[in-house]
Amino acid sequence: MQFWLIQTLNSLALGGLLFLLSSGFSLIFGLQRIPNLAHGALFMLGAYIGTSLLAREVDFWLAAPLAGVLVGLLGVALERLVLRRLAGNEQGQVLVTLGVAFIIADLCLLVWTGDPIPVPAPEGLRRPVFLFGFAFPTYRLVVLGIAVAAAIGLFLLMERTRLGAMIRAGVDDPEMARGVGIRVSGLFTTVFCLGVALAGTAGVLGGPILSAYPGLDADMLPLALVVVILGGVGSLLGAFVGSFVVSSIYNFGTALFPDLAYVILFLPMVLALVFKPEGLFGRVRA
Amino acid sequence: MERRTVLKGLAGAAAALAAPAVHAQPAPIRVGMLTVKTGPLASGGIQMENGLRIFLNDRGMRLAGRPVVLTVSDTGGVPAQARTKTQELVERERCQVLIGPLAAFEALAIDDYIRQAGVPIISSSAAAEDLTQRQPNPWFVRPVGTSAQCMHPFAEYAAKDLGYRRMSTIADDFAYGHEQCAGFQRSFEDNGGRIVQKLWPPLAVPDYGTYISQLKTNADGAFIGFAGSNGFRFVRQFNEYGLKGRLPLLGGMTAVDESILQQMGNDAIGIVSTNWYSAEIDNPANRRFVEQMRREHRQDPGYYSAGAHISGAVLEAALEAVDGRIEDKEAFMRALRTGRVEETVRGPIRFDQYGQSIGNVYIRRVERKDGRLVNSVIKVYPEVSQFWTYDPQEFLRNPVYSRNWPPARHLEN
Repeated sequence: MQFWLIQTLNSLALGGLLFLLSSGFSLIFGLQRIPNLAHGALFMLGAYIGTSLLAREVDFWLAAPLAGVLVGLLGVALERLVLRRLAGNEQGQVLVTLGVAFIIADLCLLVWTGDPIPVPAPEGLRRPVFLFGFAFPTYRLVVLGIAVAAAIGLFLLMERTRLGAMIRAGVDDPEMARGVGIRVSGLFTTVFCLGVALAGTAGVLGGPILSAYPGLDADMLPLALVVVILGGVGSLLGAFVGSFVVSSIYNFGTALFPDLAYVILFLPMVLALVFKPEGLFGRVRA
Repeated sequence: MERRTVLKGLAGAAAALAAPAVHAQPAPIRVGMLTVKTGPLASGGIQMENGLRIFLNDRGMRLAGRPVVLTVSDTGGVPAQARTKTQELVERERCQVLIGPLAAFEALAIDDYIRQAGVPIISSSAAAEDLTQRQPNPWFVRPVGTSAQCMHPFAEYAAKDLGYRRMSTIADDFAYGHEQCAGFQRSFEDNGGRIVQKLWPPLAVPDYGTYISQLKTNADGAFIGFAGSNGFRFVRQFNEYGLKGRLPLLGGMTAVDESILQQMGNDAIGIVSTNWYSAEIDNPANRRFVEQMRREHRQDPGYYSAGAHISGAVLEAALEAVDGRIEDKEAFMRALRTGRVEETVRGPIRFDQYGQSIGNVYIRRVERKDGRLVNSVIKVYPEVSQFWTYDPQEFLRNPVYSRNWPPARHLEN
């Protein structure tokens, strides 16, 4: 009983973090039709910027959005100066994001060295809470709460605002959206900025759990890919459900079938690609 | 004539004038180092280079009366690239001896080239057992430990000195983790203990939550065999789950390495671990090395930097034994393998017939001392061989240590 409870909590907490990472990835993928392979690197960059801000005694709850803004600005530059020039050349854009990922990773190594840097959880959230007789890290529950709040916020943005309507139109049919007078290229910049800013913020929020270390990018990117392919490209609901499905598969799978850790994680992605390429909730084929 | 050419000509003339002095110098010994300076393994790779440079600078870049030229190559931690770089060091830079590479999979990738080219190589960190066991390479010496060499005495310590009876193991799911755990299990169970749980998280897993909540808290302790920054993250998350103090952790060679220890903070205090080295070892060579590392790199030496430093000392001893004549490869190789090196930072070492070192193994406990975290030495096992107290022939007849060997007979569900 305790096993199921604690692994369920583990799944929910990891799912929350995955949603923060993959919601932006999904939006960018949906609108621009390219997987932003620099997403993991930008997540890691956010985590590293967070460690520097925290070292300068910036409050944790300020450091997270601030790192998001900085990473978001970098995203604007990346979209405007690089991706924009390759418009229409999707293969080129994907390769560019991969190149950028490597560049960011090496710059992080240069600036923050190769040693892992711990990110302390905010004061007051460092002790575990005791639920049903077992200890669970308080901070992980808080991350889950933040993820749910972010999901609601993003949902309102997408469903209730003009910007959201334009983004949805762009995801569904970019040509038609252009035809009715939506500046789709401007949307690209906005969504790319928003998406990578989310990744940067998630990097800081994930810090107390994951720390900042070289290789964090490569550890996280595949998870975002699995979430989005399973949930459906360009769909917030898909990213949300996908995050919790993937984290549950991961937690229960590795606990119940420890020898098959990676198979369990990536098999659903393969099955989704073969049998339901648009994912659970997607409207675009991955 | 272009100005550049004129300058070159002038430089040439200057060199010619200085030539008599240059000729009085014996030809330099060309040392090649294979390390990792980019990618996720770069932290250890940079420490390797620091360790070797400190050693060579300390000797004024001269060994056995000959100047030394060091060429450092970055393999990126990629086996194929390690191969290319090895070839480059040997064929283009004409290096006469190699130090490195960092990872076991790199060492395995260059193994056949080393045999074919016949170039002496000193392995400063790659720990794979079979490199000095079932597939020994005549050009290979390893002055540091195999994966399991320290684990045999450590498990005896856990069973006899700590009195542990039931233990869990959790380690990275790759050869280094498997070999460490297997050596620990064998010796622990031979000393009357039982391994009741074995967990294998994948090498690149950001979150250990699911594994930590499976750990048996009623065991006497858990052995952790992690590499790189994984130990750092595991211990943090372990404490996050409130397990510190409820389940003692015993660390393998790199779980609480000096290079990550300061960042680990109070999380690490009290963890007992094993290694063939500790920055706290009290001998003149090590005191000097620690002081130099702290001054030049603001860091205590650990697994990688100490391994490279010891490799330097082994190289020096062999060169002295052959009066610097590295050109006689066979004699130099013999000297590398048969010499006893008294003053390394890990204490005296000698080699067995497979090129593997026999030397001290240290049991350490993380403590805070003058405001910094250190691995205090609490027990020394002298003259530890890779075969421990087992008969070498019998040892080699068994399969190499792995995830499933020795078989775990006492797992509890």
